[in-house]
Amino acid sequence: MSEAAAQEAGVPVVARLRNVGLHYRRAEALADVTLDIEARRMVGFIGPDGVGKSSLFSLVAGARKVQTGSVEVLGGDMRDAAHRQTACPRIAYMPQGLGKNLYATLSVAENIDFFARLFGHDRAERRRRIADLTTSTGLAPFVDRPAGKLSGGMKQKLGLCCALVHDPDLLILDEPTTGVDPLSRRQFWELIDRIRASRPAMSVIVATAYMEEAARFDHLVAMDAGRILAEGTPAALLERTGTTSLEAAFVELLPQEQRLGYEGVTIPPQPDGADGDIAIEAEGLTKRFGDFTAVDHVSFRIRRGEIFGFLGSNGCGKTTTMKMLTGLLSVSEGRALLFGQEIDPDDLRTRRRVGYMSQAFSLYGELTVRQNLELHARLFHLPLEEREGRIAEMIERFDLADVTGSLPEALPLGHRQRLSLAVAMIHAPELLILDEPTSGVDPVARDAFWRILAELSRRDRVTIFISTHFMNEAERCDRISLMHNGKVLVTGEPAALVTERGVERLEDAFIAWLDEASTAPQAPAVATPTPAAVETSATEGVAQTQLRRYFDPRRMLSYSNREALELRRDPIRLTLALLGSVILMLVMGYGISLDVEGLTFAVLDRDQTTTSRDYSYAISGSRYFLEKPPLTSYAELDQRMRDGDISLAIEIPPGFARDVARGSDISVAAWIDGAMPTRAETISGYVQGMHAHWLEAKAREAGNADALSGLVTIETRYLYNPDVKSIIAIVPAVIPVLLMLIPSMLAALSVVREKELGSIVNFYVTPTTRLEFLVGKQIPYVVLSTLSFLTLLVLAVFVLGVPFSGSVLTITLAAIIYVTSSTAIGLLISTFMKSQIAALFGTSILSMLPAVSFSGMIDPVSSLEGIGRVIGEIYPTSYFLTISRGAFSKGLGLADLWPSFLPLLVAIPVILGAAVLALAKQDR
Amino acid sequence: MRTLANIGHLGVKELRSLSRDPTMLILVVYAFTLAIYSGATAMPETLNRAPIAIIDYDRSQLSARITDAFYLPYFTEPSLIGEAEMDRRMDEGIDTFALSIPPDFERDVLAGNAPAVQLNVDATRISQGFTGAGYVQSIVSGIVTDFVEGHRSVDDLSVDLTLRSRFNPTLDKSWFGGIMEIIDNVTMLSIILTGAALIREREHGTVEHLLVMPLTPFEIMISKVWSMGLVVLVATAFALLVMVQGLLAVPIEGSIPLFLAGAALHLFATTSMGIFLATVARSMPRFGLLLILTLLPLQMLSGGNTPRESMPEFIQTIMLAAPTTHFVSLAQAILYRGAGLSVVWPQFLALIAIGGVLFALALVRFRSTISAMA
Repeated sequence: MSEAAAQEAGVPVVARLRNVGLHYRRAEALADVTLDIEARRMVGFIGPDGVGKSSLFSLVAGARKVQTGSVEVLGGDMRDAAHRQTACPRIAYMPQGLGKNLYATLSVAENIDFFARLFGHDRAERRRRIADLTTSTGLAPFVDRPAGKLSGGMKQKLGLCCALVHDPDLLILDEPTTGVDPLSRRQFWELIDRIRASRPAMSVIVATAYMEEAARFDHLVAMDAGRILAEGTPAALLERTGTTSLEAAFVELLPQEQRLGYEGVTIPPQPDGADGDIAIEAEGLTKRFGDFTAVDHVSFRIRRGEIFGFLGSNGCGKTTTMKMLTGLLSVSEGRALLFGQEIDPDDLRTRRRVGYMSQAFSLYGELTVRQNLELHARLFHLPLEEREGRIAEMIERFDLADVTGSLPEALPLGHRQRLSLAVAMIHAPELLILDEPTSGVDPVARDAFWRILAELSRRDRVTIFISTHFMNEAERCDRISLMHNGKVLVTGEPAALVTERGVERLEDAFIAWLDEASTAPQAPAVATPTPAAVETSATEGVAQTQLRRYFDPRRMLSYSNREALELRRDPIRLTLALLGSVILMLVMGYGISLDVEGLTFAVLDRDQTTTSRDYSYAISGSRYFLEKPPLTSYAELDQRMRDGDISLAIEIPPGFARDVARGSDISVAAWIDGAMPTRAETISGYVQGMHAHWLEAKAREAGNADALSGLVTIETRYLYNPDVKSIIAIVPAVIPVLLMLIPSMLAALSVVREKELGSIVNFYVTPTTRLEFLVGKQIPYVVLSTLSFLTLLVLAVFVLGVPFSGSVLTITLAAIIYVTSSTAIGLLISTFMKSQIAALFGTSILSMLPAVSFSGMIDPVSSLEGIGRVIGEIYPTSYFLTISRGAFSKGLGLADLWPSFLPLLVAIPVILGAAVLALAKQDR
Repeated sequence: MRTLANIGHLGVKELRSLSRDPTMLILVVYAFTLAIYSGATAMPETLNRAPIAIIDYDRSQLSARITDAFYLPYFTEPSLIGEAEMDRRMDEGIDTFALSIPPDFERDVLAGNAPAVQLNVDATRISQGFTGAGYVQSIVSGIVTDFVEGHRSVDDLSVDLTLRSRFNPTLDKSWFGGIMEIIDNVTMLSIILTGAALIREREHGTVEHLLVMPLTPFEIMISKVWSMGLVVLVATAFALLVMVQGLLAVPIEGSIPLFLAGAALHLFATTSMGIFLATVARSMPRFGLLLILTLLPLQMLSGGNTPRESMPEFIQTIMLAAPTTHFVSLAQAILYRGAGLSVVWPQFLALIAIGGVLFALALVRFRSTISAMA
């Protein structure tokens, strides 16, 4: 083992960090962290959001690039790509956020299957492992359910299944239980304990925001502001700080200035005699979304001035209940009364009595602190004379005076939280509805927040309806309700609930109730602990050496398979892929038409003879022109052209017939509407042609054809498109443009989407190589785009009526090669883009401009100059355009068109190679 | 009164938000300055470096003069090729034109036999092929006439055709390009700005905030309509006065206030459309995809790029329901042809009707989805 060296030093170490620093732009995430993480232990990292826990984990997992210092994991340097390649299969990383590295539209089994394929297990092995893991985690009854529809606890278990599928030596869990109900949390930790028991060699590092949980870990590391505050066993930390709870210990460990003004929260008891006054009353409140019941017959009564807590996991219906009370959601069944009045979403008056603070402190990020307050004051129509005073009061009371001119995004979480509350309080509501107002905020700020709540409740008699998943916050409430799966399990005073169950802590009481509620509908959760199953999967793992190859088709197909499944379940992207090109083809086929037909014209005939009428017949007889009633004056000519009634006016002078007969010089005038210059040019071309034709006919009648026929005849043959019809010329050129635009856009989105959703981390931390990742993702789009090409071909020939004279096989073959290159261009662009919207517009500009302007769609490449010419010479569209026109209009096959295939074939490895080089295997 | 005040405050908030969104601001500034300038000046000249090949069987003085008459920038230097190569070169798309001069051409011309030269045109390159063919014809007959006049006198045609263009005497394409760019950008930006404003609120979770306040969906929606509409309208006026009239020196015949009134009506329709799309899309990437599928047809089939007359009947009919069709038609009438209200009132009515319907649809959709958006 490579840890041998470490073992020599006395303590086996799984990860060794030396002077590690990390910056995101200007923000410092880690500052000079030096730490040894012992092997075979469960090491916990504690601290609020944004102190650097996740950054540290991503460095250890190899998901992020080491900036300064050194990170050694499993006996090797993580800066060394070769070491990462061997270490990755031994590390499992579950990033922060519920189901962040899972694929929401894929089912439980499909998710595990994807990860199993990445590690090269064969079909039978995969099936066995999926069965083992799902049974041991209690997910077996839900294997066909999409990951996105699982509860928080189940998502985390699935994440764990995916992490364990390759028997890692190091398991990295970043806040695996945040937002999960206490029962699932307990089950999760029991599961981890069993796995550790069966695989004692495995090291586990965990981050958590729940201090209660941290007590069960072997070793703790407390972090703040990118630094390590302290480390040691839980008992040692308590002893060192002289405190009884880890939360208090953490506060003790904080630097002095941060603790300034910190005091415990004490909430005075409620004054007596307040009972008669009910602020909120819910009876059988129910909300259904389709066949899913989010809130199921919930009833409660909240007295004025009470602090009422709502406890439950993410997705149990807390937020939905709150939204119904604020009138944001309509009620499906039952009723809710606010201050004795039934809630009517359209009644704006009740809204003035309620203040609402949503999850995640939504504020206008583009407005300053003061502007946010002002806007809300205005919208609540606080009288002008009160407004300033009220804003000043809020700023003072919520301690925002130093930051009035700042933008909320620049503020620490604790300030944002206070600003949110200030905004919710601006109109002095009698009822405050607060949806998880303290998530992610550090303990000091949380306690400060609770002191404000206590004052509001006790001094100002504001009723507070608050949801939380922190047990110590729940204990501060006057009464709490435990909610689970849309139902209220129990309501009562926290202390009474604890005594009722005869347990010591509120958490245990909650778990007892959850247990009771879950036994019926929930699966045998962890009732069938099968450590044996876990163990077998552990010992019979496939040899991992075979996976160190640079290109493994199984891993590549694993990505293809997953991409195809996801695409199939995303209606908007699928529609764009299949219908988008059809719609755009129709639009461009008709929209770029250069044909001019049905042009309106009128004649100002000042001669009124047979000859003059004959002249106008020459024009009205053409299919291009449509005759309108004759003109009588210049004024009318001008007016009708201004109205857009006519686009051409012919003025025949008096004495026209006579002069023609005499052969003396005479001039006919044609007035053309020049508003659209291209159309005007075409009209003038037609008129000149018609004029010449008429003259020739006249001359022939008079028997002096020779005199007029000129010195030379120019026989113009329009090859390939004898009628010079736009659609025949345009459609074969539009197909290459569309097959560039849409496939490249889809491919670009596919990578950036993963970056945005966070599942790209699976690529960072698995042995997948860059080429496998890119080609794997590309394959489904190549198949789809080939289908799209065939649709376009059918559409062009049968709907738009463009004759096809060449070889279908040749153009199809070329199309497959071409869409491979266009999807590769999309992948290349996506390696530089960070957001989907940027990828979308970036790709449309970068692919459209060369395809439309430089590839010979309008002017041939040989007519271009400068940079446009250079782009045109190397851009794949130019060559596919030649093939498309050749096959459509020129009747050509592979024998004639092969020279254009070569550049297309060369383009693919060049573009893909560039994408591979540009794609980062680690987050920067 | 309260409603008006709310709409006012919310609209001002939208303007403030926009002022801190650098991406959108750059887009607005670009769309109404550089994009217009390049749209106006980058319209290709009719013929540029058209590739031509000449098959000269005559090898006379006259045929040499013809060969010399094709030069840059209209044509590339002619390639002198043999008959056999012609088909291959045309097939591979090397040449757009191949001019074949028959044997004894010069002698036949001087003898008055009116010999025929053959011009082969690759008609899959329709615009270059079509205009270029005209150039080739006039160049060849011009050279031949000059050549013959050196030897004997030539009769002239007796009936002339005088061509006059109204509204744009020199058929200067920058006049057209600049204004069409404005029209396209008005549509594009109004949809993007309102749609993005709504989606931004959704993504930041601030929609919830608005909904728990004493505000109606109508107030929320119309505040976005007026504020984003105003931004685009001001930018349009700027672009028209400074860019088009000032920098590009395009004479505008009609009344600019009348055009802006029409643009305001159009904006009412397109901003409503932006809201509608945003409620369907719900996230920026999906909004972008929808935008591509809706914006291109709206612009390309409006009659701004190619005349409506040349589109199939059913497309013309469908496009009557699109606001862009009427906006393009009123903009062209007012700005190019100097038409007054007496001419464009039907378009104004159509825009009011379409805008009303779109606004109502968007409001219904907004009401029913907004709580789900929060």
